[in-house]
Amino acid sequence: MVGPTIIGPEEFAQAGYDYASANLKKQDPFRIARLDKTAGKIIIDGNSAAALGCMFAGVTVVTWYPITPSSSLVETLIDYMKEHRIGPDGKATFAIVQAEDELAAIGMVIGGGWAGARSMTATAGPGISLMAEFSGLAYYTEVPGVIWDIQRVGPSTGLPTRTSQGDILSTAFLSHGDTKNILLIPSSASECFDMAQDAFNLAEQFQTLIFVMSDLDLGMNNWMSDPFKYPETPINRGKVLSKEDLERLGGFARYKDVDGDGIGYRTLPGTDHPGAAYFARGSGHNEKSQYSERPDDFERNMERINRKFETVRSFVPRPEVVSADKSKIGIIAYGTSHWAIIESRDQLSREYQCETDYLRLRAYPFTREVHEFIEKHERVYVVEQNRDAQMLSLLKLDVRPELITRLRSVSHIHGLPLDARSVTDEIMTMEGK
Amino acid sequence: MATTPSTPAPKINRIGLSVLEYKGGKTTLCAGCGHNAISERIIDAMYEMGVKPERVAKLSGIGCSSKSPAYFMSRSHSFNSVHGRMPSVATGAMLANRSLLALGVSGDGDSASIGIGQFVHLMRRNLPMIYIIEDNGVYGLTKGQFSATADVGSKLKTGVVNDLPAIDTCALAIELGATFVGRSFSGDKRQLHSMLKAAISHRGTVMLDVISPCVTFNDHDGSTKSYKYMKDHEEPLQDINFVPHFEEIDVEYDPGATIEVTMHDGSRLRLRKLEEGYDPTHRIDAIHRLLEAHEKHEVLTGVFYVDPKAPSFLDLLNMTDEPLATLPESVTRPSREVLEQCMEELR
Repeated sequence: MVGPTIIGPEEFAQAGYDYASANLKKQDPFRIARLDKTAGKIIIDGNSAAALGCMFAGVTVVTWYPITPSSSLVETLIDYMKEHRIGPDGKATFAIVQAEDELAAIGMVIGGGWAGARSMTATAGPGISLMAEFSGLAYYTEVPGVIWDIQRVGPSTGLPTRTSQGDILSTAFLSHGDTKNILLIPSSASECFDMAQDAFNLAEQFQTLIFVMSDLDLGMNNWMSDPFKYPETPINRGKVLSKEDLERLGGFARYKDVDGDGIGYRTLPGTDHPGAAYFARGSGHNEKSQYSERPDDFERNMERINRKFETVRSFVPRPEVVSADKSKIGIIAYGTSHWAIIESRDQLSREYQCETDYLRLRAYPFTREVHEFIEKHERVYVVEQNRDAQMLSLLKLDVRPELITRLRSVSHIHGLPLDARSVTDEIMTMEGK
Repeated sequence: MATTPSTPAPKINRIGLSVLEYKGGKTTLCAGCGHNAISERIIDAMYEMGVKPERVAKLSGIGCSSKSPAYFMSRSHSFNSVHGRMPSVATGAMLANRSLLALGVSGDGDSASIGIGQFVHLMRRNLPMIYIIEDNGVYGLTKGQFSATADVGSKLKTGVVNDLPAIDTCALAIELGATFVGRSFSGDKRQLHSMLKAAISHRGTVMLDVISPCVTFNDHDGSTKSYKYMKDHEEPLQDINFVPHFEEIDVEYDPGATIEVTMHDGSRLRLRKLEEGYDPTHRIDAIHRLLEAHEKHEVLTGVFYVDPKAPSFLDLLNMTDEPLATLPESVTRPSREVLEQCMEELR
């Protein structure tokens, strides 16, 4: 008897193929044909897309403290910057610093932003919590900076390797006192790239922190995407007075609302003019940035800062209104929930003949389109990946009181990416079907 | 013919500024507070060194000490940040603009308690900046609780005695990597003045712990941070003489009795030994001597450690010479071709 022959995996596969061709008869109706649906596409995870976006947005100071699921954003950024942001003198046109904790990471962002750098950090929920005090300092002293929050499941350590949209409320109001923050919410890799441009421009234009609310599913998983488009608009450094401006003006008041949009003019440390300096402080201050406990100074200043928040509504990325006039039922979702909604709307239509309209939020504060969408629908399902209907809560604060009862929460908190069936079933249950 | 009355020309420094150009707002601290004396010394040192006020960035945390940047150098930008976290703000500012001269003013509560985490990491990075702790052993703004630099046995006005060991911020700074570390006393005008001038010419972290009595809450018998206690217990290690790089050296010195350190900018720091055998370029000896001082209940002052050659944090980052803050878009945004190349790699 002949003993067994040892063959390699390729030979083994070939033997199987040969056997099947010779002995098996095709019985199913399927044919395989090569399609070109992926032609020209790229494969990238959201964190890498964000890193690329930040590099093209001209980031100069990056600080970070390692935390899942955000670490890969900065690690990828380090690689890209080392390759593409070294000047002709062989020196870096950026600084990347691993800080001792998230408190230091955001402190460096704020110091860098105050001194004129395009500064950023990336973190997740626990880091966001630690950044609360500094967030208020940046809000009140009006210092630009970009914070990427790659959301994971909280509270506390939670499920650090699972995805969530649980930081919406805490980030929107991150800090004590009347602090309000601007949030951008990407759904896709290409939006991570594009919103990096928006985030840095808005931060400097509005002299405040911009939080980009990604999540673990978007940040760490690979996604197919169209190639990113080169940013066509120039970098906007906001209202910064140069030495020449000061010579012309004679002086300035840091927190004066000269243009009626709530945004004052600032100067950078090192500006070579005797009138350039101002004293940034987290304590009460007047238009000239002098210490003040006067009630009228405090009130006027807080109202002005609030005006910026109103102004920014016309500048943040508008929502994507996928459809608005087909149905009395509307769906509002954001971030990675988007992908489940596309499929769920098909299921609702095909299986239940239930047509729906859909608006995808891309920013907080809300823009006009969001209010119009709610006005047009009898019932609006707000789909989100947290227990407490956090975005719905923000909508309640913003919409006309009589519209609040139209809002219904579809929530999902088990930490896995949202699936369409859960959304479909929950909406149909609430629709009484 | 009209004659103008002759007035003496105002004294100006080497960049043409009078000392008035270095003044700040009127202090709101208590009369007699050590911090006010330190502000005065900063004004004098900056003026004499001919530092352009526009080049200076003042940074502080929270506390009486941290209010003081408002009381000197109004022509310099300033950032009064949050409690204990000024080091990170200073770090960010220096990353953004490496041409700034960062001057941080903190207190013993701000640095040794709430801010100890950021303090140690600042020291370890050797970020170019001057970091002053105005050290009075108590929290003044909250009415006189002990801080972590209060000595064992020190007594509050209320009779409460501190029984926890003091953190020696100087020993800590030396251990962690700061490259210019000293202690002075707000009442020792000459010594503090020389140390501040030397600090200005150092490239790396300067950590100066300046004992600065709190006249309201910690200047009584039983306190180890009072004016009286300092006058009785201060033990200067050296007689400090500083010769800036722009001045001629006209005095010879005895190398046996004096150690001369050449600073980063060519200035010379001359330390005439008051104590036989002390070498401020020797780290381990410095820490040893500080620990010994605690045993002996001495308040040692002087330059404990100096290393003018160690690379600073900014050197290690290999940053371009131009401040990052003002780099143009043509430098900070890579070209269309780079994006295409990146996209190609992802196909």
